[in-house]
Amino acid sequence: MLRLSSSSSRRLLNAASSVVRTVESRGFATTGARRADITLTVDGKEVTVPQGSALIQACEAAGASIPRFCYHDRLAIAGNCRMCLVEVQRSPKPVASCAMPAMPGSVVFTNTPLVHEAREGVMEFLLANHPLDCPICDQGGECDLQDQSMRYGSDRTRFHEIAGKRAVEDKNLGPLVKTSMNRCIQCTRCVRFANEVAGVEDLGTSGRGNDMQIGMYVEKTLASELSGNIVDLCPVGALTSKPYAFHARPWELKKTESVDVLDAVGSNIRVDSRGVQVMRVQPRVNDDVNEEWISDKTRYAYDGLRFQRLTVPLIRQGDRFVSATWEDALNAVAQGLQASGAKGDEIKAVAGALADTESLVALKDFINRLGSDNLTTDQPRGDEPPVHGVDIRSNYLFNSTIPALDKADAILLVGTNPRHEAAVLNSRIRRNWLNTQMEVGLIGEQIDAIYRYDHIGTDLKAVDQFVAGKGAFAEKFKAAKNPLIIVGSAVAEHADGAAVFKALSTFVQKNKDRLLTPEWNGFSVLQREASRTAAYDIGFVPSTKSKGVKAKFVYLLNADNITPDSIPENAFVVYQGHHGDAGAELADVCLPGAAYTEKGSTWVNTEGRAQHGRAAVPPPGASREDWKIIRAVSEVAGVTLPYDSILTLRDRMWEIAPSTVKYDETEPTTLDISAAGLASMAGLSAGKASGVPFRKPITNFYQTDPISRASVTMAQCTRSFVDQANIADDAKLAAAQTA
Amino acid sequence: MSAVRLARACLAASRRPLPLARPLHTTAARSSDALFVHRDTPYNNPQIPFEFNAENLKRAQEIISHYPTQYKKAATIPLLDLGQRQNKGWTSISVMNYVAKLLDIPPMRVYEVATFYTMFNREPIGQHFVQVCTTTPCMLRGSTEILNTVCSHLGGIHPGDTTKDGKFTVVEVECQGACSNAPMFVVGDDFYEDLTPESSKKILDAFASGKKPKPGPQSGRQTSENSAGLTALTSKPPGPGEFCAEEFR
Ligand code: SF4
Ligand code: FES
Ligand code: FES
Repeated sequence: MLRLSSSSSRRLLNAASSVVRTVESRGFATTGARRADITLTVDGKEVTVPQGSALIQACEAAGASIPRFCYHDRLAIAGNCRMCLVEVQRSPKPVASCAMPAMPGSVVFTNTPLVHEAREGVMEFLLANHPLDCPICDQGGECDLQDQSMRYGSDRTRFHEIAGKRAVEDKNLGPLVKTSMNRCIQCTRCVRFANEVAGVEDLGTSGRGNDMQIGMYVEKTLASELSGNIVDLCPVGALTSKPYAFHARPWELKKTESVDVLDAVGSNIRVDSRGVQVMRVQPRVNDDVNEEWISDKTRYAYDGLRFQRLTVPLIRQGDRFVSATWEDALNAVAQGLQASGAKGDEIKAVAGALADTESLVALKDFINRLGSDNLTTDQPRGDEPPVHGVDIRSNYLFNSTIPALDKADAILLVGTNPRHEAAVLNSRIRRNWLNTQMEVGLIGEQIDAIYRYDHIGTDLKAVDQFVAGKGAFAEKFKAAKNPLIIVGSAVAEHADGAAVFKALSTFVQKNKDRLLTPEWNGFSVLQREASRTAAYDIGFVPSTKSKGVKAKFVYLLNADNITPDSIPENAFVVYQGHHGDAGAELADVCLPGAAYTEKGSTWVNTEGRAQHGRAAVPPPGASREDWKIIRAVSEVAGVTLPYDSILTLRDRMWEIAPSTVKYDETEPTTLDISAAGLASMAGLSAGKASGVPFRKPITNFYQTDPISRASVTMAQCTRSFVDQANIADDAKLAAAQTA
Repeated sequence: MSAVRLARACLAASRRPLPLARPLHTTAARSSDALFVHRDTPYNNPQIPFEFNAENLKRAQEIISHYPTQYKKAATIPLLDLGQRQNKGWTSISVMNYVAKLLDIPPMRVYEVATFYTMFNREPIGQHFVQVCTTTPCMLRGSTEILNTVCSHLGGIHPGDTTKDGKFTVVEVECQGACSNAPMFVVGDDFYEDLTPESSKKILDAFASGKKPKPGPQSGRQTSENSAGLTALTSKPPGPGEFCAEEFR
């Protein structure tokens, strides 16, 4: 089936005039009018495509495969590689099918001697300056140039390079992307990606003709959260992954389809592993979530899975941990629980960002069976019931869903920096902003965004002002047909959180006709932690009663963002998780769990979309899948949980929250229920405004969780992008190391 | 200037005689990176301030006003030219950054333009910029000799070099569109045409002594009219109404 968004056809029309758009020149086109379909003949077959499609898309729709380098269906059209030449009847020369709009009635041939010769010729020119270094090139085995030259190229060379091939200096793009610019075929995919999608407008082409090269002209690094995607886009080995360099060949890797858990977007990924090691993480296409991009943290934090791991159960003896058998460790937990004398809400569970849904359910059942409701999360104010409540899903979900970001025509961000909290989602906002007259407003700390925004204010006062309809942005918002309010997860953790939710939900109620209709839900909460939505879905929240109870027994499930003073002295602390990070340090007993690449588990993203994570490699050492550990603990604690297999556990999930096992779907909340949710928030008692400004919850995008904190690559990113270390120094260092 | 010298060294290296076993043509392998990547130097780095003077700023605003506001970037080339003129004939990184700031576009967009067009000099040049045309028509009319004369007369420098006193920079350029008066060179903004080695030397000497010789054909002919005298349109042109009937005169 041919997928063609109206924006891509618009891009086609714009392509000729602006290959690279700048901040200033937002296109004029507004909503893409639905175009009529046209019919043409490709290789004797009739196809019907929407008007404005590129010829290459029509050929694909007809089942003809067209070789290409520069064309990419999510980027503007450049038409500079000429590999996609096809023959069109009554056209004197072969035409570049990617840059040619499909015309009604035209007769196209993709498999004639002329086309073959044209492809062979283009291939020959491309290879003229391309080094013959496939054996030492990391792209080998997944290189478009290699594949297409096998398929369409000549089998011998006529080019005898006496004066040598063109040589281009390699660029230093930072710790993630390795360059080998001799191999570049100037397709400009990377340039278009950086400018259009990632919003770093520093990458471009300098020089011309044979001397043209890709780079930034001045020396700097490619500072974007999405930079890793240019490695995938590059059809040759000019841009490869630095951390993965020379580690594996694609054909040695086992590929496991999974989901990312380092933010709450739930990007679809493919985990490539060899033996027991994760070798790399690649994106998987899912148009509703991440399209085909993933953030650099998702892609490169995997080396953190190798370091700082808890591989055996540990029991604290004095000031050190001693490794133990599972039996001893479990007994120690049971004894600790008993010796602590904890009763009822004094038994406290804290769930962190990387806890999967299965283990959350198991832990909740376990703690409930012990007679406690003290189920908390490790975020600020995680030990109070969340202000928005969890009874109605629409109060904490990204209700509009991610694809709707393309349709919004005014977006208000409250207390959030989507660039760091959901980098991939943020690129959709940029795309919409570039292609339409959509306006963005922000209440909260100023951010370094990849689109322009109106800064309304930093605190509750600004929210009140906006709600009262005062200010330029409020006016624009009023005029919008599809307005969208995105409330950051940090708002609920803020002292004025209740007041914000109250004000905004009252506002939504008042503007129901635009913000809450059968087609449009304009009130969205952007979560930033992978486990949070699931925790709310299953009711993993403290009761009002349990708040403030001094815990005597604390069970930390992947809770690493806690502060030590949130744990009362003398409490018996169990930490279950996969990394020796902040949580394990506080523990009396550590139970080694599995990381997300090592277990089959369920993750619910910020939209409420449940997705399967799959095990790519076995958990290291004696570590086990998390729900099994909780099941075992429950047994020694004398409150055996009634499930022995993942299937019976998922039955239990179905009982508590059916949405968590309806995989790959978002279940929209009905209008009535959403309205009830808003009413409940509008009825909140706001208390006195603190006036504290909303802060960005993430200060360092590259290190937000135990995996990325253990990752060497992420530490290097922090050094060069967050601390802005001088890249010239780095280059010198690298030179010294290789010398 | 080391970049240029390096490029030239490579050029020279590639000119070694080839074994004639195969009829083969190659282009010079140039080390292009030095030319298309900016490296900070004491004389060219972003810390050196650059700003249009009042007069140029006025002209810049006038140029910008020719374009719709969202297409301000269309003014990139004229503004770079203004900048180059103000900056002693070369476009430093500060000039590019300033133009980018003025037009509110990412600096890379300006770098792209400045590196694409060869008339933006990204290295300093001498006071008089001598561009000798060596494209086919000029070459057929003896531009090689002109180039050699210019180079040797300026103290044996090579194309791409600047004389020691900083007065002249000589480069080879492609067709300037004055082929009918070949051979020719350009000094600053003026064309000197119909050159001979002698007239070339005279022109250079005049510039060296601070004078400005008269631009145009040096052979004395009018623009590009036939140097051997007119062969057509030699008779007196008819005056107005000359052949008209009486009543229409
Ligand atoms: S580096 Fe790769 S993606 Fe970028 S222009 Fe070169 S070949 Fe294309
Ligand atoms: S794919 Fe059509 S020109 Fe590159
Ligand atoms: S060839 Fe020299 S001016 Fe045209």
